[in-house]
Amino acid sequence: MGPLYPQGLISEPLNLLIALFIGIGFGIGLEAGGFTNTRKLAGVFYGYDFVVLKVFFTAALTGAIGLFLLDNYGLMDIELTFYPKTFWIPTTIAGIIMGLGFIIGGFCPGTSVCAAFTGKIDGIYFVIGAFIGILGYGFTYEPLFEKLRNSGGLGKANIAAELGISDELFIFIVTVFAVVAFIVANKIQQKVNSKNPVENIEELGL
Amino acid sequence: MKEDRSNKYMNPYLAGFLIGLMLIAAYYFSGEGLGGSGALKKVAIAAVNTVAPEYTHEAAYFAPSVENGKSPLNSWLVFEVIGVILGALLSAAYYGRLSMKVGKSPKITNRTRLIAALAGGILWGVGSQLGRGCTSGLIMSGMAVNALSGYIGLAAVFGGGYLFAYFFRKLWI
Repeated sequence: MGPLYPQGLISEPLNLLIALFIGIGFGIGLEAGGFTNTRKLAGVFYGYDFVVLKVFFTAALTGAIGLFLLDNYGLMDIELTFYPKTFWIPTTIAGIIMGLGFIIGGFCPGTSVCAAFTGKIDGIYFVIGAFIGILGYGFTYEPLFEKLRNSGGLGKANIAAELGISDELFIFIVTVFAVVAFIVANKIQQKVNSKNPVENIEELGL
Repeated sequence: MKEDRSNKYMNPYLAGFLIGLMLIAAYYFSGEGLGGSGALKKVAIAAVNTVAPEYTHEAAYFAPSVENGKSPLNSWLVFEVIGVILGALLSAAYYGRLSMKVGKSPKITNRTRLIAALAGGILWGVGSQLGRGCTSGLIMSGMAVNALSGYIGLAAVFGGGYLFAYFFRKLWI
């Protein structure tokens, strides 16, 4: 029964080898999906390319549906995995900082690494920036960030439990929301690109 | 002549499905979500630890990653991101996208784009540490297990993006 490594059912070297292969699948999905092209990523905020919305929600919901099915059939115990604790104050503030970073920088950390290693010079600059940011944060952690980072702690909070509904119903609602969002996004994208297309739109491979 | 695939991309729902399967595998085998910024953090800590080991063992941000005496690089997220790099290289080679270039809107200069990319990276560097992860580790992996933190991150990152999009539209459209 999963998760295997936290219960000592596979060795550490095998666990790291699995990490490598899972990463390869993730990297293929990101590159093939167009996530090394910064214009495709920024498109979600301007309506000319909704690839981020489609890939991202499909991935998160595939994950959620698969994991809760495994959990329901007793093949895996989600409680034993790395289950993130919620600290709502720093996550909200940091999320807005990252949203600003997305609009200015046109990547997020995972996509920037793919871009940098496949020859996108803007990706290389983004990764250098990320290291500067991480080190700046690390060197000023105690005076500036430590208290804020640990504020607003809610423990291992589950959003379905907070809303008073089952995990399955919550995932079903998000799935319906995502399907509607995909249809609306396609309509917006068609409208934006027929009325006022961005320059060199062929680069986006729409 | 070889077909030019450099502007072709995988169907987005198929790419998302593939990433979702990797997410399931990550939780099933290793009890971990997929991450991006976590590996950058480990590399940054390893670099500082090489230059100033006394400092890293004292400072609150660095100490948890170095105190067991093992290299911070010997971690699941670092191996995963090495895989991500290999996967991206394989895919880019298949599509014929392996070339040095600056990705940007044709309306701005390379210099503007590179300064913006550097600034955006700095913001993500700080944000991912304060927020305990980035788009992958905080939001996508959180959403996959119905974690409240994932949905707060989703609302804040995309809400923040749409909030600021108007002011930076000249960078993109």
